[in-house]
Amino acid sequence: MASRARRRILPGFGLSLGMSWLYLGLLVLLPLSGLFLKTFTLTWAHFWEAVASPRALAAYRLTFGAAAVAALLNAVFGLLVAWVLVRYRFPGKSLVDALVDLPFALPTAVAGLTLTSLYSRNGWYGHYLEAAGIQVAFTSLGVVVALTFIGLPFVVRTVQPVLEDIDADVEEAAATLGATPWQTFTRVIFPAVLPALLSGFTLALARAIGEYGSVVFISGNMPMRTEIAPLLIVTRLEQYDYAGATAIAVVMLTASFALLLAINLLQRWTQRRFEVRPG
Amino acid sequence: MSPIAHERRSLSWLLSSSLLILLPGLLLALSACSKPSNAAGEPLTLLNVSYDPTRELYEEFNAAFAKHWEATHGTKVSIKQSHGGSGKQARAVIDGLDADIVTLALAYDVDMLHDKGSLIPENWQTRLPNNSSPYTSAIVFVVRKGNPKNIRDWEDLIQPGLAVITPNPKTSGGARWNYLAAWGHALRKAGGDEAKAREFVSSLYRNVPVLDSGARGSTTTFAERGLGDVLIAWENEALLLTDEVGKDKFEIIVPSDTILAEPPVTIVDKNVDRRGTRAVAEAYLQYLYSDAGQELAAKHHYRPRSQAIAAKYASHFPTVSLFTIDEVLGGWKKAQKAHFDDGGVFDLIYAPKAQ
Repeated sequence: MASRARRRILPGFGLSLGMSWLYLGLLVLLPLSGLFLKTFTLTWAHFWEAVASPRALAAYRLTFGAAAVAALLNAVFGLLVAWVLVRYRFPGKSLVDALVDLPFALPTAVAGLTLTSLYSRNGWYGHYLEAAGIQVAFTSLGVVVALTFIGLPFVVRTVQPVLEDIDADVEEAAATLGATPWQTFTRVIFPAVLPALLSGFTLALARAIGEYGSVVFISGNMPMRTEIAPLLIVTRLEQYDYAGATAIAVVMLTASFALLLAINLLQRWTQRRFEVRPG
Repeated sequence: MSPIAHERRSLSWLLSSSLLILLPGLLLALSACSKPSNAAGEPLTLLNVSYDPTRELYEEFNAAFAKHWEATHGTKVSIKQSHGGSGKQARAVIDGLDADIVTLALAYDVDMLHDKGSLIPENWQTRLPNNSSPYTSAIVFVVRKGNPKNIRDWEDLIQPGLAVITPNPKTSGGARWNYLAAWGHALRKAGGDEAKAREFVSSLYRNVPVLDSGARGSTTTFAERGLGDVLIAWENEALLLTDEVGKDKFEIIVPSDTILAEPPVTIVDKNVDRRGTRAVAEAYLQYLYSDAGQELAAKHHYRPRSQAIAAKYASHFPTVSLFTIDEVLGGWKKAQKAHFDDGGVFDLIYAPKAQ
């Protein structure tokens, strides 16, 4: 940590840290503790019944599985989009750049409705896909499509600045030392963007796990098959079972937190492992 | 660290920690100040918290009632309305949404205002005529023009290969009426044999390829996405679909018997007493039973309770053998517990087969 000496002379560090704690405490920590407290109104047996029923397990599998697939797809194609945006000049570039952010701005329910009408039997895409025997709307594939859509900006926007920071002369140096383009990519570029890629992946994953609005329209919501965990929470609320709903929420929160923590550790490890510049 | 820096640091720590303690109190004080004071002379307002498909009905009804109130009392009243899923709306009221009146899709949701929120007395449903439902509907089928699968009655819905569209009873109040209509029919047909009724609804729901979370979603799935051979729907939604969207595309099929859907209304006692709006809120609900109110209900495809108005609209609403939820299921609470709570009949339909 090279910045520690500098940070000390910043005025008001204690105050700003205190304010940050207060802000995060009121907005994040308190509501989440409330969530945990609510589950304490359940007996252990009830809690277990709520969170570990076969139906809930199927919902977690779909939610986390589809979120992971979507985040992976976004990692691959998001890197590509970021690369194109950083390295090339082409007509319509600013349009592509703006397009990337659209899923951020669109209400997710609108996204869900639009995707459903595109991919359903008589929609533009679905028309041809179903003719080819692929059903997207109302299947778990549809869930992946929706989650990929809403997660796209995260990878592009985290990788883009890092790619911009890599000077072209690093590539030139690699080339003069006899590296093939593939070697330059795997040995020079990729290690440098990997930490950013991982954090983009994490953000896309986290976003997808919590997603509700776009998915309920396209998933079909069939118990055991295409029912996502957030829908199960809504189902519980519909039965006025607040504690049961929060129990599932707590499980998801814990799992997500563990997942995010693991990816963060991995990210720090890769950062150290592949640090090229002397620091 | 120099002593001065240390001094400064602990000072700011002191500042920030005192802020940490004071700010929540400050926020509380602020929120207490911003509470609306219902001073005299302020225009009278009512909030009607309703469910989704009643939006157009209440838009027109509110205007009519405001006119009526001004004519009879000489004061103005403005009515705000809020729409959403029935259960979600009830939860909002329980959580503190200041509703003077609720007009929801099922009595179970209103019951919860008593059970979970103590906002209304337990006998709320006896306070107004007809189970506190000023208008009703029935559960019917919508098929594609020409009825290609020749669907006439409930039994036709369980034939293999048929696709039935209906929303998820776990998340939609309207869907619960659909489900109970099928259950009631099967139970009556089987002479009260529950096992047979259970088998019937199981085969019916096995024909459902998509469970939308709400009734409008199902309508869209059937009408716009072209999925399914038959849509189970409230009659008012079905009439809306055929009258206003596609008379040349869809047909309504009325089964041999079906459930009488009774969407209930009530005032929220705790709120009207605090806000001083009891008289006008009660008048509002009474007006739903008046000829003017009944006409409006009929106009918006709800079956009026008034015999006279019903006779006037007889051609609009086909006669059908109707049973009530009390007759076949002993009321909403029993129905909810037996069918829709966890481990109920609906869950068993989707339970993984025990090996």
